[in-house]
Amino acid sequence: MKKFSKASTASKKAFLNYGIVIAFFVIFQSLVSTGNITSALKGQLIPIACYMIMAVSLNLVVGISGELSLGHAGFMSVGAFTAVIVSSAMAGSSDKGSLIVSIIVGALIAAIAGFLIGIPVLRLNGDYLAIVTLAFGEIIKNILNCLYVGIDEKGVHFAFNNPAALAMSAEGKVIINGPMGAVGIRKISTFAAAIILLLIILIIIQNLVNSRTGRAIMAIRDNRIAAESMGLSPMKYKMLAFTVSAAMAGAAGAVYALNYSTLVPKKFDFNTSILVLVFVVLGGIGNMTGSLLAAGVLVVLPELLRKFSDYRMLVYAIVLILVMLVTNNEKLKGKIDTFFKKLRMKISKGGRK
Amino acid sequence: MLVHLINGISLGSIYAIIALGYTMVYGIAKMLNFAHGDVIMIGGYVAFFAMSEGAGLPAPLALLLAIIVCTILGITIERLAYKPLRSATSLAVLITAIGMSYFLQNSALLLWGANPKAFPDMFKNAEAIEFFGAKISPVALVAIFANIVIMVILTLFTTRTKVGKAMRAVSEDKGAATLMGINVNFTISLTFAIGSGLAAVAGVLLCSAYPTLMPTTGSLPGIKAFTAAVFGGIGSIPGAMIGGILLGVIEILARAYISSELADAIVFGVLIVVLIFRPTGLLGKQIHEKV
Repeated sequence: MKKFSKASTASKKAFLNYGIVIAFFVIFQSLVSTGNITSALKGQLIPIACYMIMAVSLNLVVGISGELSLGHAGFMSVGAFTAVIVSSAMAGSSDKGSLIVSIIVGALIAAIAGFLIGIPVLRLNGDYLAIVTLAFGEIIKNILNCLYVGIDEKGVHFAFNNPAALAMSAEGKVIINGPMGAVGIRKISTFAAAIILLLIILIIIQNLVNSRTGRAIMAIRDNRIAAESMGLSPMKYKMLAFTVSAAMAGAAGAVYALNYSTLVPKKFDFNTSILVLVFVVLGGIGNMTGSLLAAGVLVVLPELLRKFSDYRMLVYAIVLILVMLVTNNEKLKGKIDTFFKKLRMKISKGGRK
Repeated sequence: MLVHLINGISLGSIYAIIALGYTMVYGIAKMLNFAHGDVIMIGGYVAFFAMSEGAGLPAPLALLLAIIVCTILGITIERLAYKPLRSATSLAVLITAIGMSYFLQNSALLLWGANPKAFPDMFKNAEAIEFFGAKISPVALVAIFANIVIMVILTLFTTRTKVGKAMRAVSEDKGAATLMGINVNFTISLTFAIGSGLAAVAGVLLCSAYPTLMPTTGSLPGIKAFTAAVFGGIGSIPGAMIGGILLGVIEILARAYISSELADAIVFGVLIVVLIFRPTGLLGKQIHEKV
């Protein structure tokens, strides 16, 4: 009986997530179709959905698997640049078909990158693991900075660190130009596609977390040695979570990239990884609903603060520090609680008078 | 080759001085102080304005002023942001440190603007020195010399003085140190003060060697120095020195002989290889897990 009630709370939580996403879509889609939305916010809709995917996928690693990753944007960029190449190679196909294939290939390549990086990374623990993921994020950015890709009637040409080696015919055009990034990207992402992807990813995470595999991952997070002595292989389950998370980040990167006409590798640097980590931590580690909300609010917040353009990042930093202090310091938490209690009492007393 | 090697050692010395700040704070407070790189930047700006035409202080006084400002800044940051989180999870402290890093960068952006400032040449009168046919800039020599002096003083400080021993005791076991009558909070503040003072020295050296000063000047050297600290074994003072110098040499050699675009990737690649074979860095202590 107990088991059933537990399962139902889990699925309740999952339906809350789906509900939030669908509500987000319906509200903003109707705003867009009635024209009641600023163009700045309209342009942010697909990125918001992508950052939501990034946040829940990073939460899979940080919250469920318990490993701090500081290089998540690296996987996003792998997916993004793969999608740029795939969509350009499929220039003759329909937009929908190209988008779907780009997302799938982007996710696959990111998964492979995640697997390869996971081999050395997951041998380490704690802060060492964090610094190595940071290092890999920077390495991916550096390698993409040296990548040149061109396309002509013979097919796709690749070159590394030497644009002259592309050896293209006269009609060929360069699609990825080293540090200048990708140019002339097909803008085929749609808000609906991003939301569908987000829903699919939430369903995958929900089913993964509430499966035998998910419980194994969490058991290893809570006590590696105990889990190991129960016959679970930490490497295998950590790798699974890491690779799945990388694939999801790759898919998010694909949708993100195909929303812009140009894209530079620098967009996915350390700061982007940190931004996504901030969504996860502020939303609550291991809490997918929190990640969704934090990503939504924190992407929109700087837009809303645009009036105070000079001060907005400063305000953002102060808010970040204050939230961490308030939520993590027992004394401060207690003081705020008593303050609100007193306030409530005062209000109720005032009402009686 | 010799020029590159010496330039590498000089850049590595700057990394080592920054890495010391990371490694000491990590050793004692078990936290990654992401704001450290931005303290370097603040130190650079303080020295820049002290030496600019309005104030016109001589270089040594400007350096001293930068050290004082950064030390006070370091203690203030620790008091306001990190001390309340002493018992919180390490992730919460990490995010707070990142918030502090954003705060410092954006304050600098508001106060001093985004335009890069040309840092004045502190060694105008000194000439490049010939060393076996290789020309070496005075900044490079000063950086190497400063690194050696700092390293000797810090080693003596942590092994010979009472406060230094207290520092090591706190990093070993906070609870036991408290029981022995060591003021843990004071010791941690002192560590932050020393680390931030060193950051000011590193900031002035860094800006003298690469004379563009921007609000983001400190972030990449900060990350690299942090890598150096991990490379040498985080928490270890000689480790920070070895890690810093190796990293600097690898970076300069990679820049000169392989590709300047890929230099950073190679540096991080070496770090990963080292950590695979020595998971706690070159001089890090192996911690055995107890069930």
